[in-house]
Amino acid sequence: MLKTTTISFSYDNLNSFIFPEISLNDSEDLLILGKSGIGKTTFIQILAGLLKPEKGSISLNGVKYADLSLKKMDEFRGKNISLVFQKPYFIKNINLIENLLTTLKLSGNKVDNTKCEYLLEQIGLSDKSYSKTYELSEGEKQRASIAMAVCKNPDLILADEPTASLDDENCDIIINLLKEQAKNSNSKLIIITHDQRLKSQFKNTINL
Amino acid sequence: MTIFKLSWRNIVGSPLNTILSLLLMSLGVGIISLLILLNNEMKQQVKNNLKEIDMVVGAKGSPLQLILSSVYHIDNPTGNIPLSSINKLKKNRLVDFVIPLSYGDSYEGFRIVGSTHDYIDLYNAEIKEGRSWEEGFEVVIGSEIARIHNLQIGDNFYGSHGLLKGGHVHNDYAYTVVGILNFSGTVIDKLILTDYQSVWNVHNKDDDSEMEITAALFKFKNPTALIKLPRQVNETTNLQAAVPVFEMNRLINLLGIGFNSIQFIAVVIMIVSGLSIFISLFNSLKRRSYELALMRVHGASRWQLVKLIQLEALFLSVIGAILGLLLSRLSIYIISSLVSENNTMNNFPLTFVAEEFWLLPSALLIGIFAALIPTLQAYRTNIPKLLIDA
Repeated sequence: MLKTTTISFSYDNLNSFIFPEISLNDSEDLLILGKSGIGKTTFIQILAGLLKPEKGSISLNGVKYADLSLKKMDEFRGKNISLVFQKPYFIKNINLIENLLTTLKLSGNKVDNTKCEYLLEQIGLSDKSYSKTYELSEGEKQRASIAMAVCKNPDLILADEPTASLDDENCDIIINLLKEQAKNSNSKLIIITHDQRLKSQFKNTINL
Repeated sequence: MTIFKLSWRNIVGSPLNTILSLLLMSLGVGIISLLILLNNEMKQQVKNNLKEIDMVVGAKGSPLQLILSSVYHIDNPTGNIPLSSINKLKKNRLVDFVIPLSYGDSYEGFRIVGSTHDYIDLYNAEIKEGRSWEEGFEVVIGSEIARIHNLQIGDNFYGSHGLLKGGHVHNDYAYTVVGILNFSGTVIDKLILTDYQSVWNVHNKDDDSEMEITAALFKFKNPTALIKLPRQVNETTNLQAAVPVFEMNRLINLLGIGFNSIQFIAVVIMIVSGLSIFISLFNSLKRRSYELALMRVHGASRWQLVKLIQLEALFLSVIGAILGLLLSRLSIYIISSLVSENNTMNNFPLTFVAEEFWLLPSALLIGIFAALIPTLQAYRTNIPKLLIDA
């Protein structure tokens, strides 16, 4: 379970933000909508434990972020939290399935070839397993980055504007895929976006 | 995919940078290693062939030429000297033994040396086949000549005047092979040995003028003679005495200056290779900053990123150094096969030489040093960058 109290954060006197409470059970998803400049990325960083809030606390499955040292937080994040970015990133010099395997390795999970192949099949990229990631189309890249995020079975998937650069068709595909894969791996899913197209697809919505 | 494998894939993934770095490193290491091998081989050859020769007496001229021609058989003789003058010196109580040498003729570029049986003993050479010479115009040949010209016991040949192929052939006198020596790794492997009287006879058929030789090798009873006798010979006779150890040290020192300056250039090339590794890592890191941040997001520790970058640099420097060591051996192989077969230098060894051991750690250090700044960058990789720059 992910639980946050009201969180406040400020970079300086001019840029201070207040974020609402969140409570999210396993396999639940949440859409956070907000205009540009409202602190969406800041909120993601706080939820990922990359930034420390000034006030308020975050706990994931009973582990309070505030109790963890920087190094422990890094480990905790590697194991339990996945991030999906607006722009998909990969390790350039290795192929797609090796990217997934490396993710497993780095996060301290079992390096499971069959699992990765199965995952790529599910998202319709099994024929691209051995392609270099820069050879994929934009839509394929975004799908692949979802595979990267879910392959380690994280507790929490945080997606930052995952659909911002996609057309309507791809937008639907990606969101459905994210929801479906998050369910499959029993992960909580939080999508933060300004993309109003997603509004209808989520039951839980928060407006910043 | 371990960090180790990933660093390897990164190197393979940018072939141009990799080739440049490897090329520079292998060139630097290769040149230094080549110099070490050549230098060692030269010193070894000088030592091997010097044996117990304390002094060489010959006709006036360049002392170095006298040594090179009489001991190493790679230069022309300085002239002739009367045998009687050597016999006089022989009576000196400091002299242990004297070996007369008569040379100046050759067969197919291999030198014919007239001497006594002591000459074979001096090199601890053993007769593999046949026997030593007993009568005039019988010869014992070195193992290399037997191999190259496929000469066997009982074969005849004519000597030709001078030390190069194509001199005037002395076709009145045929030499007969009566013995073949074992391989000894010394200059004797490439010599044709006979009685010094025979060599004299070839050149002075009817003449009954006083017998001459080309040079004589001296061994002293004690080392103090090394100071005294050569000076005495040079000052009181019209012969020339030269001490091989002194002359060869002089030669090696002269060559050493050249070796040192080439070595300096090679060290500079090695350092430039470090610079090239640095630049290629630095550039690739700029491109890969997102990649490193991504790895951090997925749970890579800072130290794993440090390891990644260090390994990339070490791969380049160590592989470059190993290539360099192979390159120097390949060059040696090519050089020794290009050098004419009757050159008195023997084939070079292709084994690892003690002086080369520092090359690998140096390459390693250059690698670590080149990766220092990129490693620091990798260590400081900032994850939020991925989110903010999106």
